[in-house]
Amino acid sequence: MTMTLQVDPIACTGHGLCADLLPELIELDEWGYPILADSVPPDLVAHARRAVSACPALALRLVRRQHQLVPRHQSSARRARYEGDR
Amino acid sequence: MATAPGGQLSLAAGHVLAASSYGPSPLWYTARATGVVALILLTITVALGIAGTARLSSELLPGIVRSGLHRNVSLLAVAFIVVHVLSSVLDPYAGIKLTSAIVPFSSAYRPFWLSLGAIAFDMLFALVLTSLLRTRIPYRAWSAVHWLGYACWPIALWHGLGTGTDSRLSWVLVLDGACALVVAGAVGVRLNLAGSSLTRTAGLASTAAFVVATIVFVAVGPLQPGWARRAGTPASMLGSAHPASDRAPGRTGAAR
Amino acid sequence: MSHAYADDGYGSHGYSGDGYPVDPHPRDKRPDARTTPRLTLDWQRADCAATLREHSARFGPLPRHAGGRSDLLDQVEASRLTGRGGAGFPTATKMRAVAARRRSAVVVANGMESEPASEKDKALLARAPHLVLDGISLAAEAVGAAEAHICLPRTRGWLVDAVLAAIGERQQAGIDQISVAVHELPHHYVSSEETSLVHWLNGGEAKPTTTPPRPFERGVGKRPTLIDNVETLAHVALIARFGADWFREAGTREASGTMLTTVTGAVSRPGVYEVAAGTAVGDVLELAGLQAGAEAVLIGGYFGTWHDIAAVDGRPFTAGGLRPVGASPGAGVLFALPAEACGLAEAARIARYLASQGAQQCGPCLFGLPAIADDLGQLAAGRPEGDPLSRMQRRFGVITGRGACHHPDGAVRMAASAVRTFQADAHAHAQRRPCLSAYSGRQHGRQQTAMLPVPRPFAEGDWR
Repeated sequence: MTMTLQVDPIACTGHGLCADLLPELIELDEWGYPILADSVPPDLVAHARRAVSACPALALRLVRRQHQLVPRHQSSARRARYEGDR
Repeated sequence: MATAPGGQLSLAAGHVLAASSYGPSPLWYTARATGVVALILLTITVALGIAGTARLSSELLPGIVRSGLHRNVSLLAVAFIVVHVLSSVLDPYAGIKLTSAIVPFSSAYRPFWLSLGAIAFDMLFALVLTSLLRTRIPYRAWSAVHWLGYACWPIALWHGLGTGTDSRLSWVLVLDGACALVVAGAVGVRLNLAGSSLTRTAGLASTAAFVVATIVFVAVGPLQPGWARRAGTPASMLGSAHPASDRAPGRTGAAR
Repeated sequence: MSHAYADDGYGSHGYSGDGYPVDPHPRDKRPDARTTPRLTLDWQRADCAATLREHSARFGPLPRHAGGRSDLLDQVEASRLTGRGGAGFPTATKMRAVAARRRSAVVVANGMESEPASEKDKALLARAPHLVLDGISLAAEAVGAAEAHICLPRTRGWLVDAVLAAIGERQQAGIDQISVAVHELPHHYVSSEETSLVHWLNGGEAKPTTTPPRPFERGVGKRPTLIDNVETLAHVALIARFGADWFREAGTREASGTMLTTVTGAVSRPGVYEVAAGTAVGDVLELAGLQAGAEAVLIGGYFGTWHDIAAVDGRPFTAGGLRPVGASPGAGVLFALPAEACGLAEAARIARYLASQGAQQCGPCLFGLPAIADDLGQLAAGRPEGDPLSRMQRRFGVITGRGACHHPDGAVRMAASAVRTFQADAHAHAQRRPCLSAYSGRQHGRQQTAMLPVPRPFAEGDWR
C-alpha cells in the first residue's frame, strides 16, 4: 500500500506552494506547474499532507494506491489510447 | 441597567472602575485601541490575500510564508476584534449589549454605525470559519464566502469612522487614510488581473467612488461638530464628562 | 534515437520505435484493397442522402431482434468490431459495460469529427444517415437506453439539416422505439472528446473533464452513457442485419470488417475510401493514387504521427499493425506529404493549430503546446533561437500525461514524430539551412506550401 500524490490539472493554477513545501517530491516545470514523483515515502507523508492543505486551489490530493506497477507517464499513455472518441 | 448577564457583568465592572478611577474608563480605551489595531491587521490581511492571487513572492517572502501570514494575521485580527467587542460590551458607559455585536440594529448607542461593525464581524466570522474548514467543505463554497472579504473591509472602515470616538484625531485620520490607500492599491492590483475589461473598469470606478465617498463622509460627518449626536449617541450621554462625547482636540471645559 | 530494422514478412522494413517490440505477425493473406462496398454502397449514385426507402431497398428493413438485447450484444462481440472514432476500443465491451448498469442508459452518437483532415463521418452522415440512425436505434435497444442523442458540429448546418430530414422520415414511418435528439455543438478540436460531449449535454461547456467517473458509469444526466462514433454505429446496423460472420468475411484475423478512411495530400484521387480492415497502408495510398516523389505520410490525423512511406508501406492500417512503428490509424486518416512540401513546416502549422485548440484548462497544455509550436516554427523557418531541438525533446517529456485529457499528449506525439521522421531536415534547418518550400513561403509572407487544412482559429471561442 503506497501513498501517491495526484494533482487535478484543471483546478491547478500553478501557485507553486506545494513545491515550496515538498521539494523532495514536487518540482515545478518551466511554466510553474507541478511535476509529481511517483510515490510518497512513509517519512514524507506528513509533509505531503501539509502540502495538500496548503494548496490555494485545493488541487493536490494524497491517495492510497494498491500497487504502483506502471510508472506514471507510461500509464497516462496507455490511458490516452482508450480515452476519447474523436 | 439591564439584568441580562452581559448587563450584570457591566454593572460589576462599572462599579469596580468607578471606584478605581475618575476619568476615562480603561475598557473604553481598550475598545478604541483594539479597534484601530484590528483595522490595521485587516488591511494587512487583505493586502496579503491579494498578493497571493497576484502570485507576488520573493526570497524574503516565499509563497507559503505569505500564505501563512495571511492566515495568521487574520486570526490575530479576530483576536483583537473579540477583545474590542468584549471591552465595549463590558464598559458600562455606552450600554452596548453582547448581542449588538452580532445582530445589527439592536443597540441604543449609535445604532447604524455600530451595526456596521456587527455586519463586518458576521462576515469575518463566516470567512474565518470557512477558511479553517477549507479542506472539508467544497472549494466553491469556500471561494464564494471568501469574496465577502471585499465587502467586509470597507464596512469595517466606516464602522470605525462612524462609531469611533477618535475619528477626528489627526493621527487616526492619517492611519485610516494610509490603510485605505493600501487596500485601494491592492484592489487595483487585483482588478488588473481581471479577465474582462468590463469588470476592470467597473471595479476601478467603484473603488474610486468609495474613496471619494469616504473623504466626503469624513468631512461632513465626524469632522463636523455635533457628530456624536448625529451619529446616534443617546442624549443622556451627550455633554457628560465622559470622553465618549466628541470634544474638539485642544478645547477644554465642558463639551457640547 | 536508434532504429532497428527487421523484416516482418510484409515485404517491407519496419523499425522498432520507442522500445516497442516488433511482434511476429502471422502470415495472413494480404487483403485486397478493393473491397465490396458495405457502408459506401451506392454512394456514387447520388449527391445527396439516401432516403429511407432507398436505404431499406439497399440493406433491408431495420431488424427487430426476437432474441432480445443480448442477441445483438453477442453478435457485436462475435464480430470483434472496434470503435471507429480513433480510440479503437472493442465496441461490445463498451456496450456490455453500459448494459450491465442498473439505471436506464443513454446513447450518444458522436458525429463531431473535429479532426480537420478527416472527412469520413461527414460523408457517412451526408450519404447514408439512416445507417447511423439504425445503429443508434439498435444500440439503444441493446443497452436498455431510454434516451438517444446525436452530436453534430455547429459549423456544418447542412449536415444537421440532412440528419433532421432523415429523422423526420423515420418518425413518419414510425420505425424507431425512441426518438433521437439532434444537438449542435461548438466545433473545437477537443469538443469531440467523450467527456466533452457528456459535459455539454449536461449543460456545461464542450470541454473535457477529469475522469472518473467514466461516461459508461455516469454520463448524461448521471446515467450510464454509451458514446460511439457514427461509423461504428453504422457497422452495428449492418451486423444486426447480416450477422457477425458476414462482418468478419472482410478484414483479417486481427482486425475485422471494413473501415472508412480519408486520404488526402499527394494523391490524385483524394477522398473517403472504404477498405477492408487490415489493408496495408501502401495499398490504401495506391487506391487514392499516390503521386510520385511523395516520401512521408501523416498517419492518424493531427494527433497522429509522421512516417517514411517506405517504413510503413506494408504495415496493416490497423492499431495492431501500426503499433510496432509507434503509429495508430486514429480515425482512419492518411495524408501524403507532397515531394515539394516541407514536413517540418506542415508539422509546425499543425502544432500551432493544436496549441490554440486546447480547452485552456491545464497549465502544461496551455503553455507547453504553444512553446513547442514556437520551437517547431523556428526550426521550420530555419531561424532557431538557441537549440530548439533539445529544448523540444525536454518539453516533450514534461508535457505528456499532465493534462486532463490527451490533447497535449497527441500534440506532443505528432511533433516528436515530425522531428524524428524529418531528422535530416531538422538538422539542416537548425543550422539555418531551411528547405526551399519553407523558405519561399516565408518570403512571400504566407505559407505557399500549406497543404493540410487548418481551420481558422476561433477568436475568444464560445464553448457552450
